[in-house]
Amino acid sequence: MNAVVQLSYLVATVLFIFALHWMNTPRTARKGVFAGVAAMIIAIGATWAQPEVVHHGWIVLAIIAGFLVGVPLSMVPLTAVPQRTALSHAFGGLAAGLVGTAKYYLWFSEGPHELTTFRMVAIIVEIILGYLTFTGSLLAAGKLQELKWIPQRPVTYPLQNLTNIGLLVLAAVIGVAVTLNPTAAWAPVLFPAIIALALVFGVLLIIPIGGADMPTVIAILNSYAGLAAVAMGFVLDNKLLITAGALDGASGLILAIIMCKAMNRSFVNVLFGAFGQAQQAKTGGDQKIYKEETIEGGAQVLEQANLVVIIPGYGMAVAQAQHKVRELYDQLKKRGVSVKFAIHPVAGRMPGHMNVLLAEADIPYTDLVEMDEINPDMPQCDVALVVGANDVVNPSARTEKTSPIYGMPIIDADKARTVFAIKRSKNPGFAGIDNELYFSDRTWMLFGDAKNVVGELVKQLSGNSAH
Amino acid sequence: MSESIDYWSLVYVFVLAAFIGLGVIRRVSRLLHTPLMSITNAISGIAVIGSIIVTGGDFPPGIRIMGAIALFASMTNIVSGFLITDRMLKMFKSDRRPKQDKQS
Repeated sequence: MNAVVQLSYLVATVLFIFALHWMNTPRTARKGVFAGVAAMIIAIGATWAQPEVVHHGWIVLAIIAGFLVGVPLSMVPLTAVPQRTALSHAFGGLAAGLVGTAKYYLWFSEGPHELTTFRMVAIIVEIILGYLTFTGSLLAAGKLQELKWIPQRPVTYPLQNLTNIGLLVLAAVIGVAVTLNPTAAWAPVLFPAIIALALVFGVLLIIPIGGADMPTVIAILNSYAGLAAVAMGFVLDNKLLITAGALDGASGLILAIIMCKAMNRSFVNVLFGAFGQAQQAKTGGDQKIYKEETIEGGAQVLEQANLVVIIPGYGMAVAQAQHKVRELYDQLKKRGVSVKFAIHPVAGRMPGHMNVLLAEADIPYTDLVEMDEINPDMPQCDVALVVGANDVVNPSARTEKTSPIYGMPIIDADKARTVFAIKRSKNPGFAGIDNELYFSDRTWMLFGDAKNVVGELVKQLSGNSAH
Repeated sequence: MSESIDYWSLVYVFVLAAFIGLGVIRRVSRLLHTPLMSITNAISGIAVIGSIIVTGGDFPPGIRIMGAIALFASMTNIVSGFLITDRMLKMFKSDRRPKQDKQS
């Protein structure tokens, strides 16, 4: 590798670091995208120009195909961003797996002396991480897209963890055998067995996981895709792959840790897939009575408030209610009501999901407030409006030791003077847990689809202002 | 030739890069965690450089096909990752645009 290539890779590395650094505030974030694009163009140019690259036709075709698929994928509605992200992890895993596989067979037939122990370890790690990320992320994307033939509910069976860990250990054992005898006649025959085990393991890892755990899982898969790229860098002796992959892996790791903290789960617990166990709905307390509020009454209370805090959840995304919520925000602002949005870290199906949806609806990000910052203000809040959120405002997380969400930090909606909760039906939420917030003295329910209910509130408010 | 590769320096690079990554990512605004994920998707498309070497080298077709699929997958990540990140970031505004949407 000549000096020009090395220098280009170094420049690309620095640009990638800046790309992520500039994401620290929305003001500079778009600069980060340009830095990232520049880095990628430099990296591709420098690699392609190397003398060992002698065939160009397939490269051109693959790049064109990448654009043909990539451009439409970038135009999906923002509610579909979680599944696009998962799909992208799948592609990343597939690329790493394929390059590792190709390199092994190439060296086996053309340069067995290249198959050093260090390289073999890197290849095995690369293909296991790559292929398990591939199938795992595909399945996660399918679940998020709510494909009919993929079970949405967590699938569990006896000895699940044991089976999963057994598969992984088996793959590792075969991996060690191949690593120690990379040039043995049987090694290339056993190699596909590792691939198959990794593919199956990826599926088994994701089937026990329900929708509420998706933010964490997506972050972990992000990390795996990055680490697979790092392993590829070790295989190919390429420092740019190692640094870019490490940045990626670090990002996924940090997001996963943030998600874990926000759900009060330990990281180890998540890594071993012991989460997402189907939580049994408690059916004992069905006798509690909801207090309903009418649209007219709700609108009246809202317009007389000083501070309204809106707490969005996945229900807002499902109902595509963010634009109606913006209209409500406008109506209230016009009356001098201050309106803030309280964002729980795990609201939605991926980290930061709510922020993006509300930004899409043109709500200034200065009004999107994190859980820890809004909670001290909640007792001064006149109305907390819960739009499609459930577990993240459930007070039993604070009080009830037997609750599956006990210990999870929540947004203190129950401390507001009045709570309006918009809810699609009278059934318990996704986790199947009763939410005592709904039965509190201060809470009134607005039943219906989030988009319709908020739309009706807006209509009521704009009607009032016409008088 | 393979003996000349300094594996330890690769491990050093990895460890240092991981620490830089943790330091930089920790400061990313929580508002931007979704765009952060999509930009790291694009960056993970860096697998493209390994794929180019495998696809364009003088190797048997079977090997090169695997490379080409990997190249396609990485390129998809790069293109969709950067485009959607920019699309999302354009939506983040500290203040409202001058009002032109006066209730239809």
